[in-house]
This record gives sequence, structure tokens and C-alpha cells, in this order.
Amino acid sequence: MTVDKKTLKELYTRTLKVRRFEEKVWDLFGENVVPGTLHLYLGQEAVAAGVTTALKKTDWIQSTHRGHGHVVAKGADMNAALAELLGKETGSCKGKGGSMHITQFNVGVLGATGVVASGLPIAVGAALSCQMRGTDDVVACFFGDGASNNGTFGESLNMSAIWKLPLIWIVENNLYAMGTPIKMMCPSATIAQRADGYCIPNVVVDGNNALAVYEATVEAVKRARAGEGPTLIECQTYRMKGHSRFDAAKYRPEKETKYWLSEERDAVRIIREMAIEQGALTETQAEKIDAKISKDVEKAADFAKKSDFPKPEETLDDVFAEVA
Amino acid sequence: MPEKTYRDALKDGLREEMIRDERVFIMGEDVGLNWGGAFKVTKGLADEFGEARVRDTPISENTIAGTAVGAAITGMIPVAEIMFGDLITLAMDQVCNQAAKMRYMFGGQTSVPLVLRTVFGGGKNIASHHSQSLESWFMHTPGLKIAVPAFAYDVKGLIKTAIRDPNPVLFLEHKLVYDKKEDVPDEDYTVPFGQAKVRREGEDVTVWGTFFMLHKALEVADELAKDGISVEVIDPRTLAPLDKKTLIESVKKTGRLVLVTEETKTGATTAEIAATVQEEAFDWLDAPIKRVNAPDTPVPFSPPLEGYFIPDNKRIAQAIREIV
Ligand SMILES: Cc1ncc(C[n+]2csc(CCOP(=O)(O)OP(=O)(O)O)c2C)c(N)n1
Ligand SMILES: [Mg+2]
Repeated sequence: MTVDKKTLKELYTRTLKVRRFEEKVWDLFGENVVPGTLHLYLGQEAVAAGVTTALKKTDWIQSTHRGHGHVVAKGADMNAALAELLGKETGSCKGKGGSMHITQFNVGVLGATGVVASGLPIAVGAALSCQMRGTDDVVACFFGDGASNNGTFGESLNMSAIWKLPLIWIVENNLYAMGTPIKMMCPSATIAQRADGYCIPNVVVDGNNALAVYEATVEAVKRARAGEGPTLIECQTYRMKGHSRFDAAKYRPEKETKYWLSEERDAVRIIREMAIEQGALTETQAEKIDAKISKDVEKAADFAKKSDFPKPEETLDDVFAEVA
Repeated sequence: MPEKTYRDALKDGLREEMIRDERVFIMGEDVGLNWGGAFKVTKGLADEFGEARVRDTPISENTIAGTAVGAAITGMIPVAEIMFGDLITLAMDQVCNQAAKMRYMFGGQTSVPLVLRTVFGGGKNIASHHSQSLESWFMHTPGLKIAVPAFAYDVKGLIKTAIRDPNPVLFLEHKLVYDKKEDVPDEDYTVPFGQAKVRREGEDVTVWGTFFMLHKALEVADELAKDGISVEVIDPRTLAPLDKKTLIESVKKTGRLVLVTEETKTGATTAEIAATVQEEAFDWLDAPIKRVNAPDTPVPFSPPLEGYFIPDNKRIAQAIREIV
């Protein structure tokens, strides 16, 4: 596939945006202004960037507990996203969701969820809805290697296949579910091949290469919009940090971290070099984009910090929608 | 006005809503062409509306419920069916963590207009996995509305209200009331949520109950009337929202309360009702509140065992006589 320069630039921009956003989150929690826990997306940026660049605005994504990157890449307002992480009333969920439920419905995020593998059935429903309403919208559903061992994986892949739903299953295989290596918990060499049992076309791609993810997603989206049903894409990637807030990820062998966390494997660097090589960007343009994103992230952090906490009695709001 | 069974009244309600609003669709195991639902509630609807709108699913309870969630938040109004109430345990994540919490944890960004139908109750000798009454679990789950129709007129009006409500509604039925007949208008009408119905007026004692127990309580009330005991019988019709007002007013009038449901006693809805009444009408009570429930065991199979388990007219009458 040949990609145009605009797409390469977009892939670079989205990958970088997620990186800078997550670095800021890491800083903020160093400052102790992020309540609770969080699961950083650092290291996996190319997956969210590649997938969302292949989607249009009205397409949907279903996120996970590691969702900041998905939401930001899909075009979320960063002020509202960071404010949510800080538990502020200006947050996209008015401080009721936080990191694990960071969601912006208006840019096509169905939700981020604290229950591993619970997003898969919801994605099936959204895709069924796209199909039944006769739209050409598709749904991309992110989930982890660990999630692929949950029962909903089998139920949902099966349902998506029998109904030929416009659905793209995105496995982010970062080799671990908390401290558990996927190779201990999955007998097959890849997660992708599990989809064979459901007659779902599947492919393994380098999840640190935004272009590779993008190209695989474009193919999958084409099939989905043509009514040919779901595809599963396994993106092999790696977390830069631990699983959650206080995890130092000591369980990962040095040889493995050395490879995955090397500069050559860095998601931002990979797409940046590719874009420059193919003439989509100059060094100066790349720097300029970085400066702009960094400034926006800085402003968002400022906005989040300056925002007020919700009033305690707002606890009682939003349980039910008003009956018309 | 034509006399109809509860089953047919429910089917009429579903059918009329499907005609009124094309977003409404039915899904579940064996709800479609070949079977029409385990209790034949949806029989004939697939012929009329097609297999896309009366959709048979694989045996995947959690994904059935999750699919309903995903479809609901993206513009459809699913009426999903879990074949037996006991099997809702397999869908608890989607019901209690997703459907019930979604609007709240996303700060009101979305609402979840789905109906999940299932059937509780014993009396058919089908043992522990197909007979339990679990409504209190869901009453303990903020974010769900719960309808408990026990009569044919109500079931049609309540299913319409459920389908038109923008929130997740658990629509609970009972195996022994499907064949109960009542006058049911052919035209469109709704029964509001949160409005109990006084099924029989009385002066000496209030009986509050649900499902088949209401039918028994009415028989008991007829019997006791011969002995000069005047029994008021209240049907809550929905457990969430709960009409406390009608109940409290009745207790203030009679000064005595007997609670009758088919649930096992510990943690049953009757416990919640008893607590509410002592909070709000303690000074009007002339006797301790009585509870008539099943013993704290799984539902047994053999007829004499199941007969012992399910409260009968004798136990209800005895409880009333003990306090009047
Ligand atoms: C159903 C469920 N079980 C356990 C947990 C606790 N938990 C949170 S994240 C996680 C690991 C998930 O691994 P994976 O799906 O590979 O995603 P990753 O964290 O690697 O992105 C676990 C076990 C949970 N949140 N939900
Ligand atoms: Mg993982």
C-alpha cells in the first residue's frame, strides 16, 4: 500500500500527541494531583494512532482500562480528558469516571471500562446498531492480550462473525496482563490465530509501527464497510512503564526490556523517521508539530489543575436519564 | 374488552412498540422463528418483523446483555431476553457493571435505553437452576429500573413504559402467571413506573407482595373476608422506582403489614420494605411486620419439597391471623 504524505504526517501527529499527553499524566502523578490509580499507554501509542487514523469521525471505538491513548487519538478534547483524570467538574465525565472510565462520547468513544474484556460485547452491540441502522459506520474494539482469555472473547468474536458485523478487533498484545506473561496463559503462538476458529480473518502487525497498524486497519475497515464482516488485528507492542501506578515491572526480563524499550523500537521515532524519509515532513516541521502539541498539553494541564472539584452533592446526579 | 392471557398481552405490547418505533428490536436465545421464546412470548413476531428484528442469538448471556448495551447507546432500543432468571448470573457484568453504571460513570454523556426480560419463580418442578427469584440483587443495584408485572393488563402497559424509558429496565416475569387472564384493551396504553396498585381494599391488614404471591394473597383475602378479616392487597408493579407512598398510606390506615414474596428470606425485597416501613411509619404500626418468604435454601426439585419451599395460601393466612 502506498500512503500519502498527509496520512504519514497525521500518523506522526497522533502518535506524538498520545506520547506527550501520557508523559504529562506521568508528571502530574509525580506531583500527586492524580487521585487513585492509572494505567499508562506509554509505549503503545502507535496502536491507537494507527487505528484511529484509519477511521472517520462517526466511527466508534471501544476502549479499555488503559484508555487515555485511545481517547486522545480519536480526537478527544485534552482539557476535558486531563481534568477528568484529576477528578475535576470540568472533566468529560464530571469527575465521576477518572482514568478507567475516561470517555468522550461525542468523538465516538463508546466507553472505557474497568472490567477487563467487558468492552467486547458492547462493541458487538454498537456494530450491530451500525448495521441495523443502515449506516456505513464501523466499530474498532481495543482489548489486551489478557482480555483474550476471558469468556466474552469467544462469545463476542462468534457473534460478530455470524452476523458479519462491521467490527475490527484490535488486540494490543503487550506481552503481559499485569505480571502474567501471555505465553504462560495462551497455548498458541499468536492471539490472532484464535480468530481462525471463528472464521475471522486475522493478522499480526508490529504494534509500534503506526503505519503498519494503519494499513492493516484500512484493509479491515474496507471489509467492514463492504459488509464482509469483522477482522482481528493483533498489534504486538510493549508498555514503557509498569501495569499501573506503583508497578515497577520488575518481572520483565532484561533482555526483553532492552529490545522493546530500545530507541529503534520507539513508536514515535519509528513514524517520525518514516515520515521524514518519505518526504512527508521536514525535521523543522516535525519539531514545530511537537512544540504545538506540547503547548496544548501544557495548557490542558493548567486548565485541569485550575478547575474546581465537583460539589460533593453532585454525587447524586446522573444515575438516571430523565424520562421525556 | 377482550380477555387475554398475560403472555398474549405482553406479546401485544412488544408488537405494538415494534410497529410504533423501528429502533425497537428483540434478541435472545430461541426468541425467533423456530421457537418463539422458551415461554412462547415472542411466538410469531419473527414471522411478522423478520429475523433481523427478532433475532436469535448464540447461548452467550453476557454478550447478549452487552450487545444490548452497545446497541442502546448508539441509537437502538433493544429488548433482550435471558431465557431463565437464574441464567442472568452469566450476564451480571453487563447488567450491573455496564448497563447500570454507564450513564453515571460517564457523567451523563450517554443513556442506556434497553429492556432486559427474564423470568423468575418456581412451581414447575424444574429445580435449582431454573426457579429462583433474584429480584433483590437488582434492587440493590443503583441505575436499574425493575418492573415486576403480575397481571395481564399491567404487563402490556409496563412493557411499553419500559421500552419508552431512556434507562436500562429489568423486566421480570413469572412462570406461573403467563396463562393468567384479564381484560386487556387492544388500544395503546401505558402503566407508569413507580405507581403501586391497590388490588383489593381492606381495613385490618396490608399485604404487600409480588408476582404469583399476589394471586395467592388475593385468594387468601377472599377466604379471610368470610371470617370478617378485611385485607388490603398492594402490588408495587415496579421495585425501582418503588412506590413507598401507597404502601405507607395503607399501613397508616391498617396498622398492620404482611410481606409476601417467593424469594428466599435473607436479604429479600421484603427485608427492604420492612426497613422502609419502620423508618417511615413506625408510630402507626400496631403489630410487628410479618414476612412470608421461602426458606434459605436453593429451590428443590421434588413436588413435596418444592411445595414446602414456595409460600402457600396457608402460610400467608397464618401470618395474617397472627397479627390481626
Ligand atoms: C474481569 C477483570 N479481572 C481482573 C481485573 C484486574 N486487572 C486489571 S488490568 C488486568 C490485566 C489486563 O491485561 P491485558 O488485557 O493484557 O491489558 P493490559 O493491562 O496489558 O493493557 C487485570 C487482571 C479486572 N480489572 N477485570
Ligand atoms: Mg497486556
